[in-house]
Amino acid sequence: MNVITNNKWIGQRTIRPDGADKVTGRAAFAADTTMPGMIWGKVKRSPHPHARIKSIDTSKAEALPGVKAVVSARDIVDFPVDKSVMLGIQDMRWMCRNVMAREKVLFPGHPVAAVAATSEAIAAKACELIEVDYEVLPWTIEIEDAIKPDAPILHDFMKFEGKPSNIAGRLEVKKGDIEQGFKQADIVIERSFTTRPVHQGYIEPHACLISVAPDNKTTIWSSSQGQFMVRAMTAYLTGIPQSDIRAIPAEIGGGFGGKTIVYLEPLATLLAKKSGRPVKMVMTREEVMRATGPTSGSKSTVKIGATKDGRIVAAQGTFYLQAGALPGSPIRGAVGCSFSPYDIPHVLSVGFDVLSNRSKVAAYRAPGAPIGAYAVECVLDELAEALKMDPLELRLKNAAKQGTKAAFGPVFPRIGYVETLEAARAHPHYAAPLGKLQGRGVASGFWFNAGGESSAQVNITEDGNVVVTTGHPDIGGSRAAIANICAELLGIDYRRVSVLIGDTATVGFSNLTGGSRVLFASAMVVTQSADKVIATLRERAAKIWEIDPEAVKWENGAAHPASPNAGQFEPLTLAELAAKAPQMGGPIGAGVQLNTEGAEGGFGTHICDVEVDPELGIVRVIRYTAVQDVGRAIHPGYVEGQMQGGVAQGIGWALNEEYIYNRDGKVDNPGFLDYRMPVCSDLPMLDTVMVEVPNPKHPQGVKGVGEVPLVPVMAAVANAIHNALGKRFYSLPMSPPRVLEVLDGEG
Amino acid sequence: MTDIRYLSPDTLDEAIKAFAAAGSAARILAGGTDLLVQMRSGAVRPGLIVDIKKIPDMTTIEETADGGFRVGAAVPGAVLAEHGRFGKVWPGVLEAVNLIGSTQVQGRASAGGNLCNGSPAGDSVPAMIAAGAIATVQGPNGRREMPVEKVPAGPGRTHLLPGEILVSFSLPPRPPGSGDAYLRMIPRTEMDIAVVGCGVSLTLKNGVCTAARVGLGAVAPTVLLVEAAAKALIGGKLDDAALNAAASACSAACRPIDDKRGTIAYRTRIAGVLLKRTVAIAAHRAGGN
Amino acid sequence: MAKLHVSTTINGEPAEFLCEPGDTMLDALRGPLGLTGSKEGCASGDCGACSITLDNRLVCSCLMLAAEAEGQDIRTIEGMAQGEKLHPLQQKFLEMAALQCGICTSGMLVASEALLQKNPRPSEEEVRFWLAGNLCRCTGYDKIVRAVLETAADMREAAQ
Repeated sequence: MNVITNNKWIGQRTIRPDGADKVTGRAAFAADTTMPGMIWGKVKRSPHPHARIKSIDTSKAEALPGVKAVVSARDIVDFPVDKSVMLGIQDMRWMCRNVMAREKVLFPGHPVAAVAATSEAIAAKACELIEVDYEVLPWTIEIEDAIKPDAPILHDFMKFEGKPSNIAGRLEVKKGDIEQGFKQADIVIERSFTTRPVHQGYIEPHACLISVAPDNKTTIWSSSQGQFMVRAMTAYLTGIPQSDIRAIPAEIGGGFGGKTIVYLEPLATLLAKKSGRPVKMVMTREEVMRATGPTSGSKSTVKIGATKDGRIVAAQGTFYLQAGALPGSPIRGAVGCSFSPYDIPHVLSVGFDVLSNRSKVAAYRAPGAPIGAYAVECVLDELAEALKMDPLELRLKNAAKQGTKAAFGPVFPRIGYVETLEAARAHPHYAAPLGKLQGRGVASGFWFNAGGESSAQVNITEDGNVVVTTGHPDIGGSRAAIANICAELLGIDYRRVSVLIGDTATVGFSNLTGGSRVLFASAMVVTQSADKVIATLRERAAKIWEIDPEAVKWENGAAHPASPNAGQFEPLTLAELAAKAPQMGGPIGAGVQLNTEGAEGGFGTHICDVEVDPELGIVRVIRYTAVQDVGRAIHPGYVEGQMQGGVAQGIGWALNEEYIYNRDGKVDNPGFLDYRMPVCSDLPMLDTVMVEVPNPKHPQGVKGVGEVPLVPVMAAVANAIHNALGKRFYSLPMSPPRVLEVLDGEG
Repeated sequence: MTDIRYLSPDTLDEAIKAFAAAGSAARILAGGTDLLVQMRSGAVRPGLIVDIKKIPDMTTIEETADGGFRVGAAVPGAVLAEHGRFGKVWPGVLEAVNLIGSTQVQGRASAGGNLCNGSPAGDSVPAMIAAGAIATVQGPNGRREMPVEKVPAGPGRTHLLPGEILVSFSLPPRPPGSGDAYLRMIPRTEMDIAVVGCGVSLTLKNGVCTAARVGLGAVAPTVLLVEAAAKALIGGKLDDAALNAAASACSAACRPIDDKRGTIAYRTRIAGVLLKRTVAIAAHRAGGN
Repeated sequence: MAKLHVSTTINGEPAEFLCEPGDTMLDALRGPLGLTGSKEGCASGDCGACSITLDNRLVCSCLMLAAEAEGQDIRTIEGMAQGEKLHPLQQKFLEMAALQCGICTSGMLVASEALLQKNPRPSEEEVRFWLAGNLCRCTGYDKIVRAVLETAADMREAAQ
């Protein structure tokens, strides 16, 4: 491990400030909250993959004793399909149709109405009493079916190349001249890959509790990756002004991108408004699996050309990603990230956003990038084999470095990709002997990361301690890292710093928890706030000592004369200055709101060992090492945790996770029994190596770390299986029946 | 769910009376690890739940004088595992029961519930069948016995008559030189429903197999007793030819479906693979006895 | 259709509540009993977030009728710490960052404590298979397993 250790708190494995609540069951997740007078909301959902809604009759539901409100699409603000209204990367035209079907239902599970009643049982019964007259339409789910010329079209207004289509968009990134590039290649490998849709798999279902007063003052508790997003989307979809909505982030039980949009909040708000009672809505696991955005299934073709000495000269990728029922698959990630670890002169990367009758996809940890990397990193493995080069050597020979122009646009500043390759190559794992039926694979990956808006306040308490309020829900331990930074800056004991997450009324605008940006962005604004606080503290001491503030320094939690010339004064501690604050000028605190910039992309290189049972087709991962360029590990335990979590998700995606559809177009495995995520006994210890190449544009050198770890995994596993069995896998998941098919030559 | 009644009788007679009176609206509650899931999903909406966990016959384990065992139908897998001797005599049956679900599920799930749930993939059933277990059943018309392989009638159905409750399993005394084993194929290491499950019990004398029974699960509408596989093993020394013949017999006996857990082709193929591996373990255990 | 009245013991204290016959123990804990530490992740016994012990036996509270609690001894996450003194497992989870979002943590701790009570010297494999019914999506289980193994070692040492 390569952690800088000359700091007192940065780099330390401190105990997270919210920890005691979490290990005692006290932490309040959205489903744990209650309000007096609370009633329950439930959603009525479409049984059909595709149907026109001819009529909805809610009269019987409304008449059921205990029912207090019913809402349907007419209660939701309409966003006409001909005018795009963007909120971040989401288009409200699609959001309003996603939270409740308007003209059509577009997937089984699509909400058509919602009910609030005095008990869950009555609400559920009321949903059964809602009568919907459907005109059932033909449906399409798989990409190859959805893009056929005679495919059922989901949206008449969606045109591609002048014709009605299920292709909702195309994105292209290019560099150089791809045809010239391939002419220069001595060896060209082109392969096609398929991945199945997978779900983020957060253990906590979506939940919210919302109260709306007669004057529209709305309070929302919800499980989300962004309270400001919740406020904005709810405002857009209900018509209630943002200033009347207070969105409070409950503790969140996992998101991974899946909670960066709303499903229940607008419905619960409308039900609360109509009924005059607080409304609680909690999804069941089945609702989560059927009706919340998983990620795309995909079909990709990747073609890479290299000279015979291993220099990659041309790379081309075509990525078809499922959007689900409404536009918005993460083609940006597939198109932009897949070739980015490499310095390639000629690149053409194209993505297609394909609609089909399944739930609208939502972000999933480096959205689109794992799909693209699976294809690219597998082709690179074949290329290395054909060139008789070690796969890490091939990558080193072509690695992006400072000054490399990425195909998606920027010129890389100081990055740490090469360091990850070198660390992987030098790691004992890479040289460890392998047994029978065991194999080893490597893969790399890249993710953009992000900066964006963040706000924070650092306030000194009257008794001389610190309360930090930040703006982003904490999904991975960011509070611990922020406390480390604040304690370091102020020079005080870590335990004197409290870190809280504000809500939309108590902290300034802060963008989503996602994009691996929380620590990057919040550390910047916390640092600037702390700097202002320190400036104030120096002024206060200067006033007391009657010297110039320039002559005061802040060190180890106290003000000191900056030099012997400034005078002989006993240090003034934070507690002493806080006690004197009212007389010396007032409250000591500062807040900063910024659109943070300077986020740099992250790179990872992974080594995976598998053992295969070729008679049954079972693959087990027996050893895994993830190397990542993490910038600066402010709290190493939680950085390691992000790496390990991403690896585990990738192993599931590689081996056993997939959406299975029955012949009626419905999800056949909407639960944890048959949607097979890794369990504890499936995995080995997951070793991590944190390479620290500090981000020069960040006060503590922080880079986003949360998303990169998922990107290389599926290819690392596939390449390992190839090493064990001598067969390539062009399709995920590599579940036992598929392994046997490939071994039999049918794959 | 406000029109459910819950009853927790102290005696088998009370349980049968209430269960029979309620007809098809009644369900027996042992561990609840199937029933509660089915209630929650709406697959089952019982009018009456009869909790039989207070009935001694159903929750105790006895060793009979002749060296056999009588295991109450509602004994949880975790309790069965803690019995001093059962696992030593019937390691295959025990490991099969102990494979049902997670540790938490093991705290409640029973072989009786597993059998009566009627899933063709129930883990305990192939091993019980291989063991030659006899099910004791009691209903309004009295008590009767049936071999375990006669209990399943199809997916979700049993041959128990209306009002009958499965009371216990009887396992026969074990001849020396006997061993049993259960293996299943699941994609993960835990928490999956068996794609194929294989139970084998055999007796060896001087290396020759003198008795064998093979149970195969998740490859047909009911768990199968594969007599042809047993026949291929009996009388020989479990050599490759015998194992191959038994494996083929298992594959031939398969009548599976394609579903989200496995395909016809896959199940049929690995039934034979599992048979060989299970025989090897059972034989090893038999050799040790 | 009257509610059932159940008298039971929860975390060593007598407790009583009203429930529908079809309510699960998890419904009762999170509803009338106000013990929201046990979580609902799936309501089908596949995730373990609702883990409790029933007469010292680790079970999923979502797979148990509330009515079955009558006369039994139930222990939940809320009973693990003694006042402000955390159980060694709870302390170790914090020290080793064995939790991220925390939704699985209650179940993991209850399950881990049940393991160490039964087997004070588990191997890594034994820990992993014991916890197979507790899903975690954030951590990849690595730090959780390490925390359990280290706590087991600490507790064995303390017992000597």
